[in-house]
Amino acid sequence: MKTLEQINELRIKKRIELDLRVNQVTGGEIHILVCHGTGCTSSKSPQIIENLRSLIKEQNIQNVRVIQTGCFGLCAKGPIVVIRPQDIFYSNVTPDDCKEIIETHIKGGKIVERLLCKDTDGTLVKRLDDLSFYKKQKRIALQNCGKIDPENIDEYIAFDGYKALEKVLFQMKEEEVIQEITDSGLRGRGGAGFPTGKKWEFTRQAKSDQKYVVCNADEGDPGAFMDRSILEGDPHSVIEAMEIAGYAIGANKGYIYVRAEYPIAVERFQKAIDQAREYGILGKKIWGTRFNFDIEIRLGAGAFVCGEETALLESIEGRSGRPRLKPPFPANVGLWQKPTLINNVETYANITKIILNGAKWYSEIGTETSKGTKVFALGGNVVNTGLVEVPMGTTLREIIYDIGGGIPNGREFKAAQTGGPSGGCIPKEHLDIKIDYESLSSIGSMMGSGGLIVMDDTKCMVNLAKFYLGFTVDESCGKCTPCRIGTKRLYEILDRITQGEGSEDDLKKLEDLSQNIKSSSVCGLGQSAPNPVISTIKYFKEEYIEHVKDKKCKTGECKALADIQIDPEKCKGCGLCKRNCPVEAIEGEVKQPHEIDKSKCIKCGTCIAKCPFHAIG
Amino acid sequence: MVHTDTEKVVEARKTVLDLILSNHDRECLTCVRNGNCELQRLAQEFGVTDIRYRGERNRHEIDDKSPSIVRDFNKCVLCRRCISTCKNVQGIGAIDCTERGFSSCISTAENHSLNDVNCTFCGQCIENCPVGALKEKDSTEDVRAKLKDKNTYVIVQTAPAVRVALGEEFGLSVGTNVQGKMVTALKKLGFDKVFDTNTGADFTIMEEGTELIHRLQGEGTLPMITSCCPAWVRYAEMNYPESLSHLSSCKSPHQMFGAILKTYYAEKNNIDPKSIYTVSVMPCIAKKFERTREEMQVDGLEDVDAVITTRELARMIKASHIEFVELEDSEFDNPMGEATGAAAIFGVTGGVMEAALRTVKEILEGEPLEKLEFTEVRGKKGIKTAVLNIADRDIKIAAASGLENARVLMEEIKNGTSKYDFIEIMACPGGCILGGGQPIKSSKTRNEIDIYKKRAEALYTIDEKSKIRKSHENPYLKEVYRNYLKKAGGELPHKLLHTTYQPRKKYDI
Repeated sequence: MKTLEQINELRIKKRIELDLRVNQVTGGEIHILVCHGTGCTSSKSPQIIENLRSLIKEQNIQNVRVIQTGCFGLCAKGPIVVIRPQDIFYSNVTPDDCKEIIETHIKGGKIVERLLCKDTDGTLVKRLDDLSFYKKQKRIALQNCGKIDPENIDEYIAFDGYKALEKVLFQMKEEEVIQEITDSGLRGRGGAGFPTGKKWEFTRQAKSDQKYVVCNADEGDPGAFMDRSILEGDPHSVIEAMEIAGYAIGANKGYIYVRAEYPIAVERFQKAIDQAREYGILGKKIWGTRFNFDIEIRLGAGAFVCGEETALLESIEGRSGRPRLKPPFPANVGLWQKPTLINNVETYANITKIILNGAKWYSEIGTETSKGTKVFALGGNVVNTGLVEVPMGTTLREIIYDIGGGIPNGREFKAAQTGGPSGGCIPKEHLDIKIDYESLSSIGSMMGSGGLIVMDDTKCMVNLAKFYLGFTVDESCGKCTPCRIGTKRLYEILDRITQGEGSEDDLKKLEDLSQNIKSSSVCGLGQSAPNPVISTIKYFKEEYIEHVKDKKCKTGECKALADIQIDPEKCKGCGLCKRNCPVEAIEGEVKQPHEIDKSKCIKCGTCIAKCPFHAIG
Repeated sequence: MVHTDTEKVVEARKTVLDLILSNHDRECLTCVRNGNCELQRLAQEFGVTDIRYRGERNRHEIDDKSPSIVRDFNKCVLCRRCISTCKNVQGIGAIDCTERGFSSCISTAENHSLNDVNCTFCGQCIENCPVGALKEKDSTEDVRAKLKDKNTYVIVQTAPAVRVALGEEFGLSVGTNVQGKMVTALKKLGFDKVFDTNTGADFTIMEEGTELIHRLQGEGTLPMITSCCPAWVRYAEMNYPESLSHLSSCKSPHQMFGAILKTYYAEKNNIDPKSIYTVSVMPCIAKKFERTREEMQVDGLEDVDAVITTRELARMIKASHIEFVELEDSEFDNPMGEATGAAAIFGVTGGVMEAALRTVKEILEGEPLEKLEFTEVRGKKGIKTAVLNIADRDIKIAAASGLENARVLMEEIKNGTSKYDFIEIMACPGGCILGGGQPIKSSKTRNEIDIYKKRAEALYTIDEKSKIRKSHENPYLKEVYRNYLKKAGGELPHKLLHTTYQPRKKYDI
């Protein structure tokens, strides 16, 4: 248990000790920061940490510490090792590289050139800040990720940790806190973009003997890992924000609902809770005030729909996760029928910064309607896959080309998908759209929680829509008919089209059914499930028409529609394809180029797989 | 202003219907709910003449293991009314939604048959099912076969609640008393004798009333709880096995009557009891289970050989091309047919208790009752309580209908806080008139008409108009006791008319 004075003393002491993390102070300690997020961990970063530590210990090197951190964001180049205070950025590090890092860099004072990162333009970059990946980013929610050891509460405290809570408890009234959040213009980062201050105000006004604060960490969009990275890299920022929310709305109990598939995040968050309790920052009569607050973790069993707030509440209560009808909204009737505030992880991650820096500071970032920054999980056909945080209003082109490094393998950009299975496809003509909640929905997509998947010209849009519908069909809870059966029927129609069995009437059916599912589903999952279909039909209708009319898939992704031909230049006439063809559709003399009789061909692809000369395709 | 008939709403509803039908077993012509199906009606109303979004359909095995309920999930529309009834109204929760998405289905714990889980067979799920996914186990074929068999003497008895609901199946208004037409129809169907279960109810009052008097005098556990309702009995056996001594040991009226038919009646009329086949027409599907209980037989002969519901009887009448509405009235066969007004109200919550109180009060006080109505126990309220003064003693009574209400009273007994002397419990909310075997009403009808009120009023009217309104004054009953059973609660009545209970596992798997 620590008093507020002790915490403040600790902060000053630790801040001096860790100054090298942010300033290039030389002559003191050297910190080797190693990413211990899920991505780098799966590429053996824990082994790197262990190797570095044992080398330092063996050789009794003084003043050098190895620190595990959260995600640096540039996951494509992981595992990432950053050496402070010089800010040297090593990428794709393997456990075997540790010896060289110690010998050459730490002991020899020379940079290990071969581990430096090549920027998009091909130049070798030494410092993290010099990488073009970071230049257009603005890290607010991810501020501490890659900077502090998330398992050490002292490091969080050093960088203004729990100062916002102190400010709120001792200097602000409940309504002032909410006013600050309202004035900041912060909107929910889970996808729908509801004004956060308003949500807090509704919950504050609800009268009840018991209220709850819930953190939605059931991040489920394919390819999205913003919330996971925050929980792994900076768990205390979420704890602090939940406490502030608790104070503002009058709740003394918080729950965080995390996917069980995020073991590192869960473990780290639990450690953070334990540490906060130990310091007296969670618990009863915090810092001698009348404010009590504690947090418990609830694990999600993997159902996507539990990210929907009312399904999440059902799940916390121990029932299977199916959405409730709204209204009443959770702000009035939530967890165990009590008023409940539910925000997403990233939303909470912005709170402490708003409290400390003021609403004005925050509201100056972003666009007219969408303030602050947004974290995106950049994935797909883009060079720099990873986690990026940009001010609202950044264009898609900036994210994909300037930060993401463009499309790899010399291919062309075709579309970007935001908002995961609930979002839509954004075509080339909208690359310069300034990203905010309104602009994205105006072009048939949505902000969503922050998944951003880039696709090059080898991707078939019909097949893409089918992929997302397949996901929704799997994840529909089954409560309402439009989602339960409707998405299944959408999937079946798309499947038919990709099999070459679609008709023009099917396109009409897709459009009609999509609109009806949107308008009549119970929850956000069903209401947004047809978006991938609607947006791909809107922007890539010619591709659909090719599929149904010409029975062609240009990209060849739809196997059944692939136009299989034998390249006479490459064919050596070995006859393997002919012998393996199940319908005897291939003819040709030995050592002469063979040919496919298209009237017989069933496009099974056996010949393609069998051809030793890659002559068929 | 909320608009519910905009083009967009209509289009959405039509699409939802299309989608439901695309995954529905559309064998309407052979469906038990053909003509009384909410899905069928809506499809007609919205002009869904073709299914636009065809695709894969779910196929499920039919669960017909239980003696009472058949579940055909291929017809389920996942409206979840059954779950709500079972869980929220009855407090059972035998069924819930399992699986997810397109595979969602209503099922039991680990997908076992309803027969093997905590289902009480109250049948309220059937009453609430808008389609043919839930139905009674059909016994009409068995009955028809016996009717054709010249060597079998087929006797039918009809429960009090049947006569005030059967007419609805033929377009008559809710609560029309069709006793006379029903008797005529049964005779036309070929039953050798048509008797009234109300006579059985009078026997029940004689036995149960006597039992209550004994218990009030210190011989046995109080409160005593009625045992006419087989779903309630099954519920008690599963959920309150330690409290079974509170249940009256009396069989239910139709079982008592069945036992009398195969003993006294057979002997008196010189019929070989083995050749008698007794059929009970009941507003209930739990009676189908009750009939099969091993306690429900005397000397190896089952009291009741078949139970058909009000709905099944209507189907038999329709299948025989009997113009029900046009039928002349007939009387129940004598000598068994004569029953009291007390027996008639057995079909409504509070009725068994009221009938019993008429007899008990008069016997205990030794003078004719001035006021026959015990209005304290009338009405649809879930739990009705009263304190009555009988023979200078305060008797605390409670009548509950709906198993969630039963649970409240049973928890008090379990905790030792129950203050009652006599409790009546019926599993179905409102009593047998709203039983699981009664004509199924659409949600629309149920919103518009107070079905309880109409049917209950019909039963109370029968009572009012009856010449004899107290069970112990039933002349036939007196004759049987005088000539055969001797003393109520005596040795022979115990053999024929009483039963025992057994603790039952909720999940027999």
